[in-house]
Amino acid sequence: MLQDLAAVDVHPLAATAARFVGLLPLLPLAGFLVNGALSLASSYTRGPADPSAGGAHGAADAHASTASEPAGAHGDDHGEVARNPYAAVTTLIGTLMPALSFALAVAIFLAMASAGEINTPYVRSYFDWMVTGDLQIRWAFQLDQLSMVMVLVITGVGTLIHIFSIGYMRDDPGYSRFFAYLNLFVAFMLVLVLGASYPVIFVGWEGVGLCSYLLIGFWFNEKANADAGLKAFIVNRIGDVGFLMAMFMIFANLHTLDITAVSAAAPSLGFNSALVTTICLFLFMGCVGKSAQLPLYVWLPDAMAGPTPVSALIHAATMVTAGVYLIARSSALFAMSTTACITVAVIGTVTALFAATIGLKQWDIKKVLAYSTISQLGYMFMGVGAGAYAAGMFHLVTHAFFKALLFLGSGSVIFAMHRAYHHTGSHEDAQDMRNMGGLRKYMPWTFVTMWIATLAIAGVPPFSGFLSKDGILGAVFERAQHGTLAESTWLGMPGSTVLYVLYGLGLLTALLTAIYMTRLMLYTFHGPNRTGEVERAHLSEAPWSMTGPIVVLGALSAVGGWLNLPAALPLGPVAVLDKWLDPVVGASTAVVAGVAGGEVTNTEYVLIGAAVVIAVLGIVIAVMRLKPAALVPKRDAVPARGFERVLEEKYFVDEAYDDAIVRPLVSGSRNILWMGIDRGIIDSLFVNGSAVLSRGVGWVGSQLQSGETGAYAWAIAIGALAVLGAFTFR
Amino acid sequence: MIAEALFFSAVLFIIGVAGVLIRRNAIIIFMCVELMLNAVNLSFIALARLHGSTTGQVFVLFVMTVAAAEAAVGLAIVISIFRHHKSVDLRNINLLKG
Repeated sequence: MLQDLAAVDVHPLAATAARFVGLLPLLPLAGFLVNGALSLASSYTRGPADPSAGGAHGAADAHASTASEPAGAHGDDHGEVARNPYAAVTTLIGTLMPALSFALAVAIFLAMASAGEINTPYVRSYFDWMVTGDLQIRWAFQLDQLSMVMVLVITGVGTLIHIFSIGYMRDDPGYSRFFAYLNLFVAFMLVLVLGASYPVIFVGWEGVGLCSYLLIGFWFNEKANADAGLKAFIVNRIGDVGFLMAMFMIFANLHTLDITAVSAAAPSLGFNSALVTTICLFLFMGCVGKSAQLPLYVWLPDAMAGPTPVSALIHAATMVTAGVYLIARSSALFAMSTTACITVAVIGTVTALFAATIGLKQWDIKKVLAYSTISQLGYMFMGVGAGAYAAGMFHLVTHAFFKALLFLGSGSVIFAMHRAYHHTGSHEDAQDMRNMGGLRKYMPWTFVTMWIATLAIAGVPPFSGFLSKDGILGAVFERAQHGTLAESTWLGMPGSTVLYVLYGLGLLTALLTAIYMTRLMLYTFHGPNRTGEVERAHLSEAPWSMTGPIVVLGALSAVGGWLNLPAALPLGPVAVLDKWLDPVVGASTAVVAGVAGGEVTNTEYVLIGAAVVIAVLGIVIAVMRLKPAALVPKRDAVPARGFERVLEEKYFVDEAYDDAIVRPLVSGSRNILWMGIDRGIIDSLFVNGSAVLSRGVGWVGSQLQSGETGAYAWAIAIGALAVLGAFTFR
Repeated sequence: MIAEALFFSAVLFIIGVAGVLIRRNAIIIFMCVELMLNAVNLSFIALARLHGSTTGQVFVLFVMTVAAAEAAVGLAIVISIFRHHKSVDLRNINLLKG
């Protein structure tokens, strides 16, 4: 498979480590095969429970109780835990393969960085996949600066999360299965970002969707978890219809699906033509599903039913950002349509604000982070929608760092909480923040690193999130001033006005972000402890295999911003990421941005100042207004009222979807499709009808066979005459 | 010459067919079948003579042989039916009913 079948032009990367690009997804795929086999084997030969696990088992399914489940619904996790007999092999293979992949990615990155100007992607074709008539699709991988960034994030953060999982999933009987799925996910995610044509990307796109489904429903014994997996799968399919439609339309009009060819031919579709707008909006529909934007975001909060490392890797750092990647990848198309661009930005901003308000009143620590993820993804779409592809990608990278850290930190907290409750056999909710409080004494490392991530996501300088979020807000402000977007109209409104409004909403969201994140930290780590008198003695920091990755991510969250310093803050090499991505998205950015601003103006300092003030203000408001000391444990809590209840119940969107879509669909399927068409028409008319018909024909035939030879003779004679007559009088 | 021979053959054949269809006595039906065979034999001979070929004559020999064998088997069956039913009227016999 690694034989190069197609002739490749001599590319600067052809002789470097980049020629092994195919190995990137193959390594985790091998890990999947080995771990999958071990998982199948271990389900037949279940070894005896490891006695050393006796003291510490149980993190495995801490999270089986999602917020919608009453605590204690998972009755089996206090029994003896059967540890996986092949855990050692799984640990080795499962983490080594992504690590090797990461090492290879670093080698390729170094080759790329030292190769000088690379203006065309390095495409390596492996075999012909679909070749019929016009349609020529090769299984090819494409390495350029954009996919390189994604590959580094996926393998780097992915490896850290694999290491975290060793401790977190240690006592789960499905240990091998977990690593198999996780490895498979990394493989598909790499296919997604490396694909050189839309169909190859789509394979990765669907593959990560599959892994997401498998991992959300990892503890499928609990019906709520299996349902959450299904929900994610089905909602994603709705978006995928859009992706497919976009592919069909691209092929019908451009007769190719290769990324480079499509990008080159994009201008031929016509600037702001209805066609290119439709294509872009269909593509964006796919992104809306995958990246959990309005109105298809509902699956992501439910996806928290999966193990926490899954939430960190798939539902925060990598898979859900695939939509942002796809838009950056298709930037040549999007730059052709101002309508599509502004739509992306509007949906992103509204989602960001909407999710942030819900995040204000959630009690489940993972739900807060889930809505925060949706909100931050909204920021990224705001960026790429405004044609600031590099800024969007920058936020994607920093978000991968701090959100993975927040999820792993929350996993660490849940791990400790569950362990404490486990000791006393209590069935309290280990994920509810009302049961936490004061954890800083017991988990200092988690406490410090999560504060770093909180400051980063809130946008406090100099942490990474400040710089990336400011990059996006600054870009939106700049686009509102000049460029094609500002001159266009969107639904009859001047683009400039829309973008100024979006900027304002973005700032408001930043304020809310600071508030809800500070709230999470205050309720979890500060104030008095509400876990319970007996349980308190058992709270402690997680093992180093879990704390280690958190610390590494903490360092990255702190300094990740240096990747792309704005020109206004020259604290080192300026705009590294911008320059790095320039060969891929520079042309599209130029189309949207028009004349580049160039020199730093006072406005920029004002904008930066506003962002900092907003972030600090948010934190101050949260600290002033929220009193962790007044909080009572979950079982004593009084229900919220008024608008607070609306927020706590997530605006009743799930209920509205249930009433408006799910129930009519189910009852329509039952009453019309099943009872009416299937049983009424298909079963009675076609199935039973054909039986009646053949029985009738058979009855007629049996009546003809009277046994009277005379009658037979007549039949033969008449038949012979008829044949003779037919021949004679023809 | 040939026309008369073929016409005569056709008349014989039709008489045979009519006998098979109308009569109910197994022996008579049997004889009518023989009549049909011989009508065919007649046209074979006439046409063989017309074309100066011996093929038709060879066919006739075969037909006569088969007819003889058939008569032997057929009469045996008729006798067996008579012993069973005390009759050779085919209206009473419908063993071929499905």
